[in-house]
Amino acid sequence: MKRTVPASVFLERRSYRRRRMMDAVRLLPVLGAMLLMLPLFWPSGAGPADEAIAMSTAVIYVFVVWLILICAAFGLWRVLWFRRAADLSETDIADDGDAA
Amino acid sequence: MTSVNQLVAVSLAYVAFLFAIAFFAERAAARGQGGWLRSPWVYTLSLSIYCTAWTFYGAVGYAARSGMEFVTIYLGPTLVMLGWWWVLRKLVRIGRAQRATSIADLISARYGKSNLLAIVVTVMAVIGVTPYIALQLQSVTLSLGAFAEPSGTGGFSNPNSAFWVAGGLALFTVLFGTRKLDANERHSGVVMAIAVEAVVKLVALIAVGVFVVWGIAGGVAPMLEQIDASPIGTWQMDKSRWVALTALSAAAFLCLPRMFQVLVVENDDERHVQIAAWAFPVYLLLMSLFVVPIAVVGLDLMPAGSNPDLFVLTFPLADGREGRAGLSFLGGFSSATSMVIVATLALATMVSNHVVMPVWLNAQGREGALVSGDVRNVVLVARRASILMILGLGYLYYRFSGGGAALAAIGLISFTGVAQFLPALLGGIFWRGASRWGALAGLSIGFVIWVYASLLPSFGPDGAMSARLLAEGPWGIGWLRPQALFGIEGLDPTVHAVVWSLTLNTTVFIIASLITFPTPLERLQGAQFVNVFELSGQPREWHAAMATSEDLMIMAQRILGPDEARKLFREEADRQGSVGHLPEPSQAFLQRLERELAGSVGAATAHAMISQLVGGSSVSVEDLMAVADESAQILEYSSQLEAKSAELARTAGQLRDANDKLTALSVQKDAFLSQISHELRTPMTSIRSFSEILRDTEGMGQVEKIKYASIIHGEAIRLTRLLDDLLDLSVLENGQVNLNVETGKLADVLEKAVVTAQASGSGALQIRRRRLNEAVALSTDLDRLAQVFINLMTNADKYCDAPVPQLEVSVETRDGALCVVFHDNGTPIATSERALIFEKFARIDGTPGAGAGLGLAICREIMTRLGGDIRLDPTDVGNRFVVVLPEQAALAAQ
Repeated sequence: MKRTVPASVFLERRSYRRRRMMDAVRLLPVLGAMLLMLPLFWPSGAGPADEAIAMSTAVIYVFVVWLILICAAFGLWRVLWFRRAADLSETDIADDGDAA
Repeated sequence: MTSVNQLVAVSLAYVAFLFAIAFFAERAAARGQGGWLRSPWVYTLSLSIYCTAWTFYGAVGYAARSGMEFVTIYLGPTLVMLGWWWVLRKLVRIGRAQRATSIADLISARYGKSNLLAIVVTVMAVIGVTPYIALQLQSVTLSLGAFAEPSGTGGFSNPNSAFWVAGGLALFTVLFGTRKLDANERHSGVVMAIAVEAVVKLVALIAVGVFVVWGIAGGVAPMLEQIDASPIGTWQMDKSRWVALTALSAAAFLCLPRMFQVLVVENDDERHVQIAAWAFPVYLLLMSLFVVPIAVVGLDLMPAGSNPDLFVLTFPLADGREGRAGLSFLGGFSSATSMVIVATLALATMVSNHVVMPVWLNAQGREGALVSGDVRNVVLVARRASILMILGLGYLYYRFSGGGAALAAIGLISFTGVAQFLPALLGGIFWRGASRWGALAGLSIGFVIWVYASLLPSFGPDGAMSARLLAEGPWGIGWLRPQALFGIEGLDPTVHAVVWSLTLNTTVFIIASLITFPTPLERLQGAQFVNVFELSGQPREWHAAMATSEDLMIMAQRILGPDEARKLFREEADRQGSVGHLPEPSQAFLQRLERELAGSVGAATAHAMISQLVGGSSVSVEDLMAVADESAQILEYSSQLEAKSAELARTAGQLRDANDKLTALSVQKDAFLSQISHELRTPMTSIRSFSEILRDTEGMGQVEKIKYASIIHGEAIRLTRLLDDLLDLSVLENGQVNLNVETGKLADVLEKAVVTAQASGSGALQIRRRRLNEAVALSTDLDRLAQVFINLMTNADKYCDAPVPQLEVSVETRDGALCVVFHDNGTPIATSERALIFEKFARIDGTPGAGAGLGLAICREIMTRLGGDIRLDPTDVGNRFVVVLPEQAALAAQ
């Protein structure tokens, strides 16, 4: 989105923080995909030397990663939501995200 | 034991309950009290139709067969939701901006409102979703069978009950989804009902899970031990399936018609997506949490050979807990019904908008859009028929696939089918170069491969394909074997189908887009989709003059309903400020009308209907382009005209100014001539009369002669001086004066001026100076400057009317400029006359003296030539003339 040239090179601290939060929102699924694809490297007991990971470990791993991702998404949402509620006069998050 | 009849009764009661919810929700919405209907939580729960009976029953069976692999089906959507910013945000915005009614509508709108594409997508969606609907039929039938078997009720047969289940669901959906006549409204009642169903199925599954973990296994730790000791106790993973299924479920989550319906069409507020981004993953996590424990305990406790797909149900049943089993049944029933309702509604909308309506409109011909009668009835009948057809297809699939395959396998076939929309969908919203032919080609090739490699083999050997064909390929061509295309063997069949169909789909889509050229409308829509956050304008494409408001009104009434249409037209009339109820068919109005109609019958049909009225039935994009070209030319021409007329206006203004100046100059010239003749005449008259006296009077005394001669002499001097002044002023004004720049002291210049002024004046004026400040060196035309000073001093001498006339001459520095101030103590010049005193022949009324009124004019001309200024400063006492010395003169002085 086109913006007028800012008067200062640096953003105000507040909007700087918000933009980094938006970066985090954008990167979260990438992190999630990486973590969830990690089990691909686990031994599956096919070879004679490696011993397969126990199912309980796998279950715990997947659900803990899942929960962490949800918590991160929830945290980011809260931060952005309440920050926006605090200053409604500024451009909305979506627009801000585009410019970032 | 609970009999099947009791279960049917419970189910019917449950359905009645859902009806009541939907009814009250709709009534609340109609009364405008439905704020809570549009909460983000309802939105999130409505997304749960992703979790169908496949999840409710099939996930456990899946886990019992393949361990943790089942979770990929929920990880994909989780990642899509977490990444809402990338795709969902844009999809929802576009869906709302374009008023998309279905995924087929969105894709066709993106590629130039192409109805062909809409039909292709619709057909593919119907075929792709059919196995999925069969899956729901199968699971409800199986769950009924689970209750029937132990009780030994006679007469229960799976195919028969499947038929009744299909019929019941069809009736249910028709009543639920197409009850209302307003075909374009959001289904707030349905959404509310499926939100309730979402809660029911979650509670039912968690109830079984809690019972298994704490009731049977005895807590979390023993449960984990039991998991490790079970047949699925180690991490056994087909790596390609783990990746492919996660990606596939993510793709299907976006492309499934029913998911598009709840994600985009039923979306009320874009911000709900942000909340669902974390809330829906929570729901998925809770749905998956107890799947492995139930599977493990089921494998342990249930007799060998029992169907793991039904553990959720058979478990409490075997344990004698019929209440809990009933709850499980309701959970499964909820899962199946909510999915079937939304999926068939979505598909029926697509079928009626993109297949039935265009055919019907064509059949009606040119007058199609004008025939009286309510099109809405046609739309509703088409939708109901579509619902019956789709459920019928599901039933047929169920019958012919034998109902034997595992639930998960059927679900994956369906997923692969609808995932074929992904390249066209994502390409459409992110790549402006994506073209209709690209989308058509990609979809077709993906669809063909899916049918060949996934759908037909799913009927089993010798089902739709002969076992020989499966094993050896058609005509014995090995590299065309359905499950080993291009000779690549050893792949899992699902992964094989996903990889080949999507890879070739994407490749063909891109290549065909690169080599074809999109129509103008496609390019227009492409820009609107890809830059949806930058552009909010609508494409301008209607040549408005050809449609009459009456025709449009008739058409709109038939699609939107009389009240809605009248309201829309009245609003527009008010907005245009016209008197009647009918607005002018302006461009803006036609676009708005098209969007409103698109909400009812889809973009392609709405476009076709408007074009029937507006431009005849043969409005081609080329015509539109010609119109656009023409208007572009007109625009350009008119902007040129505008520029020219602005230029003319400027020139006229300049001429007017020049004329004013000339008129003013002419007036000045007249005034000047009359002044000058007056000034010249007065001395001339006295000279002539006195010279006549001298000539004609005899015997005049010497004294008298001298007296008259000196009068003549004085007048002649005055005349000379006047002419000198005039000459001087003329030279100064014409800029022909040669400045004689010398260096000298201000004190000397003033001294000379004072001496000259006093010599020619009356001598009554006292001149006071501050010699201390006058010690300033100057570099300018000193004679001219002295002339100015002399003039000011003689003026003071002549006009100062104080009893003791005094002139104070002081040197000051103001704003960095050197000023010589002449301040007398006479009567101040009136404010009104201050502006005039520097003009030629300006003399203040009522003052004595015989000046021609040129002195101050000459002073001003001189100071202007020297680069300085002279002005009269307002003051309380006397008059205060300020001579501002030129800057370079002062600088030189330092």
